[in-house]
Amino acid sequence: MKWKRIPQQLQRLIILAAIFAVLFLIVRSFLIPVDFGKYGHYRASAVEEIIAQGMHYAGQEACYDCHEDVFETKRGGFHQNVSCEVCHGPAFTHAETTDTAELEAPTGRGYCPVCHEYLPSRPTGFPQIVSASHNPMKPCITCHEPHDPEPPQAPAECTACHAEIARTKSLSHHVYVPCMRCHETPEEHKINPRKVLPGKPKTREFCGGCHAQDAPADKGIPRIDMASHNVRYVCWQCHYPHLPEAR
Amino acid sequence: MKYKVKESSKKLPDRRTFIQTLGSSCVLLLVPKFLFARENKKGAAWTYSNGYAPSEHYYGMGIDISKCIGCGRCANACKLENDVPREPFFFRTWVERYRIFEDGEVAIDSPNGAADGFKPGSAPEKNLVRNFFVPKICNQCDKPPCVQVCPVGATFKTPDGVVLVDSQYCIGCRYCIQACPYGARYLHPEKRVADKCTFCYHRIVKEKLPACVEVCPTQARIFGELEKKASPLVRFMRMNKISVLKPSLNTEPKVYYANFDMEVR
Ligand code: SF4
Ligand code: SF4
Repeated sequence: MKWKRIPQQLQRLIILAAIFAVLFLIVRSFLIPVDFGKYGHYRASAVEEIIAQGMHYAGQEACYDCHEDVFETKRGGFHQNVSCEVCHGPAFTHAETTDTAELEAPTGRGYCPVCHEYLPSRPTGFPQIVSASHNPMKPCITCHEPHDPEPPQAPAECTACHAEIARTKSLSHHVYVPCMRCHETPEEHKINPRKVLPGKPKTREFCGGCHAQDAPADKGIPRIDMASHNVRYVCWQCHYPHLPEAR
Repeated sequence: MKYKVKESSKKLPDRRTFIQTLGSSCVLLLVPKFLFARENKKGAAWTYSNGYAPSEHYYGMGIDISKCIGCGRCANACKLENDVPREPFFFRTWVERYRIFEDGEVAIDSPNGAADGFKPGSAPEKNLVRNFFVPKICNQCDKPPCVQVCPVGATFKTPDGVVLVDSQYCIGCRYCIQACPYGARYLHPEKRVADKCTFCYHRIVKEKLPACVEVCPTQARIFGELEKKASPLVRFMRMNKISVLKPSLNTEPKVYYANFDMEVR
């Protein structure tokens, strides 16, 4: 018998190790849930627990069933893609139960500026106001129908949307150059700002009109030699015309 | 001196043994492939109690930086939908404001994760060169480091590619929070378990959009299928130049950004 030939102290150790191994396997089988590892290194039933979480937002398809008229108003408007629950808050309970728990409908001046207050980081062309000076005493909805908002009149000035540029320009020597002198702007741009874009000067001669050596303009205006000064570029490719200070 | 070429060549197996060994090693090499095939099959047959089959979907999200207005409706809706604590530092999704100044300085801020929107604030003294908002969220990495480090198997990737946390099984050790290179996880202060964006898993298995996508007023966020040609996300990825966060880490994020800036981290 080989077992007999193993030293006694080792025999005991081996028996102990075997007992521990069996104990470990027994405890393990109790501790590890049955469905652990069924589909991967995790508890399969965890997914069921996670998807059982209650919803708060119903999704705007749910609103359509009862409020079709509002969808008609919204259709084609600037707020067409603004989901109902953006302004009216989570509506799952409202949509699921006949008990028509009242939803919020922000009517004050507080809510619209969350999106429409002027912030320089907002994308150019997104309609923004400075609420402190924009009819400060009137709630937004007195002039703007939130389901189909339209600017009451097309903005008269470029600064209404391009405040960031206007602010920069006001610090520059071009402060007195009106936007339209350089940007040919179709009237349609005010209504469809992204579809119809204004133009930009296409030639060097356009800037040369004031800045060429022999230009018929004020003496204080800086001049360059149009024939030798970086001929292959249009001026605004190097100089930022809204703050053209060469530094 | 003579080399004993003959003797050593005698030790080489004969042709028959060689071919036999070659054959059996080829078969052995294929074993893991069959094992994995079985794994996949196991997932393929899986349907949840509501009849949803995860293996038929594969999700991702697109984010168009040039469309985001920083209104923070997404962060706000996420907190409401998923019972994320209202106070700062706990977010499943948040929005960062990047301001890049003339002298190259980059200022990044995210007051309360933008859940209350951004305040105009005072004008900076320096001129801004570029400025924009960047919505952030768990990237639902295809190779998630957070899953690798979990010592108990409490965080995992479902067959539809969403990384989830099993809150019953999580021991709150915070390894995954450390391992996520995007800071997308936090420790839930009441439940004492790791928590993060699930793409609103309880919603998407019922064909609803994630809450942040539902409320985004400018469609800066697009949610959809990655492996179906007719999906808004696939169209978004075809129409835009796409970037992901920290591509060098090889985590293979499934949140795809359009109009990305070099300074975004
Ligand atoms: S972003 Fe972070 S939490 Fe999300 S899957 Fe990747 S590593 Fe995990
Ligand atoms: S809801 Fe949309 S636009 Fe508003 S902050 Fe979030 S991603 Fe940006």
